[in-house]
Amino acid sequence: MLVAAIVSLTVLGTVLGLLLGLAARYLRVEGNPIIAEIEQMLPGSQCGQCGYPGCTGAAQALADGSAPVNLCPPGGVALVQALANKLGVEADLSGVEDQGPQVAEVKEEICIGCTRCFKVCPTDAIMGAAQQIHVVFREACTACSKCVDVCPTEALSLQAVPVTLQSWYWNKPKLEAV
Amino acid sequence: MTTRREAACCGEGSPLGYAVTTLFDRFFSGMRGGVHPEGRKDLSAARGIRALPLPQKLYVPLQQHIGAPATPVVNVGERVLKGQLIAAAQGNVSAPVHAPTSGIIVALGDHVAPHPSGLPVPTFTLACDGLEEWVPLQACDDPFALEAEDIAARVAAAGIVGLGGATFPSALKLNLSRGVQTLIINGGECEPYLTCDDRIMRERATAIVEGISLIAQAVSAKEVIVGIEDNKPEAIEAMRGAARAASMKVVAMPSMYPMGSEKQIIQVLTGQEIPAGGRPADIGVLVHNVATAFAVHQAIRFGRPLISRIVTVSGGAIKSPCNVEALVGTPVQQLIDFAGGFSQAAARMVLGGPMMGQHITNTAVPVVKGSSGILALTSDEIGQNEASPCIRCSTCVRACPVGLLPLEMAAHIRGSDLSGAVDLGLKDCIACGSCSYVCPAHIPLVHYFNYAKGDLAAQERGKLKQEATKKLADARSERIARIERERAEMMAKRKAAREAKERAAKEAAAKAAAETA
Repeated sequence: MLVAAIVSLTVLGTVLGLLLGLAARYLRVEGNPIIAEIEQMLPGSQCGQCGYPGCTGAAQALADGSAPVNLCPPGGVALVQALANKLGVEADLSGVEDQGPQVAEVKEEICIGCTRCFKVCPTDAIMGAAQQIHVVFREACTACSKCVDVCPTEALSLQAVPVTLQSWYWNKPKLEAV
Repeated sequence: MTTRREAACCGEGSPLGYAVTTLFDRFFSGMRGGVHPEGRKDLSAARGIRALPLPQKLYVPLQQHIGAPATPVVNVGERVLKGQLIAAAQGNVSAPVHAPTSGIIVALGDHVAPHPSGLPVPTFTLACDGLEEWVPLQACDDPFALEAEDIAARVAAAGIVGLGGATFPSALKLNLSRGVQTLIINGGECEPYLTCDDRIMRERATAIVEGISLIAQAVSAKEVIVGIEDNKPEAIEAMRGAARAASMKVVAMPSMYPMGSEKQIIQVLTGQEIPAGGRPADIGVLVHNVATAFAVHQAIRFGRPLISRIVTVSGGAIKSPCNVEALVGTPVQQLIDFAGGFSQAAARMVLGGPMMGQHITNTAVPVVKGSSGILALTSDEIGQNEASPCIRCSTCVRACPVGLLPLEMAAHIRGSDLSGAVDLGLKDCIACGSCSYVCPAHIPLVHYFNYAKGDLAAQERGKLKQEATKKLADARSERIARIERERAEMMAKRKAAREAKERAAKEAAAKAAAETA
């Protein structure tokens, strides 16, 4: 009886141990998956406004908790909330003012065609050539404000994305009594 | 769209009475939920369709349909003829726009849209010359000899969109639904006040029946059912008379809102339900509106593009409600003037029906292809009350024709938990407004759902943009790396070449020195 108990427990332990060993070998997770997931959520324009080298660096810092969730200015309030949900932390919205989605815009009468802006644009959202007025593709602009910083004539500025019939939707009903 | 009990003029009776009628209705109508708003169709039902006098100027928006706006093909200052193409369809989901009358295009610019946002949209301004000179039309003497593709192509060229209000390009629907089992023609017109479909069925039944036969031919449907609510006996009579020779069934349906909704009419007439997130074609059904069938007839038989539609002008604040045939682009004010103007101040102006129509604040907006009615409602009719807390009576659950839990969904949305609302079936909500209509606490339920759907769509757009910009950013860093690499390679090559040259020169010099020595 005693032998049977010892043998059965030994066999059980060996088999389960082997299974664990196999699982550790074949089902291993390379790196921290949360980093990749967070990087997916970030704008990906590598603008560097957060102080980290690109969005991957920022994602790593977010994952190990060394960076606050409100580090990304182009992401706006929506991103802060999404990151807070993802990481299970309280969102501190005081630092982020929600101006809604923005895009860069060139003031054509001031632009001198110096080509500095489209050289720094991380998403190739500015088109132009030397001595010609530059123009921003709204669809590609992430409002990272890199171009605004390099423009020598302040022809570039961030503007709210204009509301169109396609993007307009009903506002949230006010919380009166309900 | 409704945010409150728009047509709250009807007494629903006690909650118990309501529950009994709901059960009764479900048993007999074959539809889940639904409400019985007071019809108020008697205001305009007896008034025959009259043509509106030609206005001085028409405002024709480039986008009057679901999908991409049309691209202008005429220039400002050009004279156009009635029915001439002025903006061509762009992309797969789009519809062309035609000149509603002859005249000069005086502007192409922003004009207030027939939309609750009141935003400006690109619009042609056409100064009418009063000559009504048509372009040469491609009429067809024997439309039933046409191929299915040909019918769809002619429908597309005529700029026909779903005239029930959804304004989805009809030709696309024909192409996507070829070979369906059942063609349903929607003569439900369940929205209160509206009588435009009622009148068109009474007065133009023969043309509608021919249009229906053409649609049936285009999709080779095996069975054709025309569903008409039983509160329109004259229309049923007229359609039965006209359809005698054709192989189609004209069925009287119980009068109930939202009977005219695509999913509901399919459920009532075929007993089948469209799966969540699916389309009617998934269960072999195609639904078109009666007015669309008439437009198809006009387009195929006479080659006339869709440039006018029947509009009901009604509501308690209108002096003499009526049905008019108005050119697309006619300012709403003209129709109101034609109906004798206001008898009292209108508390709300609605384009479309009172349950799902769109509030407008400006009567300069034009009538477009999807405008079925212009309603000027008095404050008694809209019965606007302050919202009070939810008492969890579940009246909205019984009223929902889709079988959702409006009170729960609204609670999630109120707490900014949109994904919770989606889990409860928010995406299947048809925004019919039945829940807001019956809510005894006057909670603007459908407003919550419209907001949530808009917000989800905006998030979706944001996500797509983010993916696209990420690709751009990756492409750029790759390009920069490549340029760097190529430069380095070039430098290495040049260096090697220079060194080889120097070595050769050195060798030559050594050789020369050896020879001289």
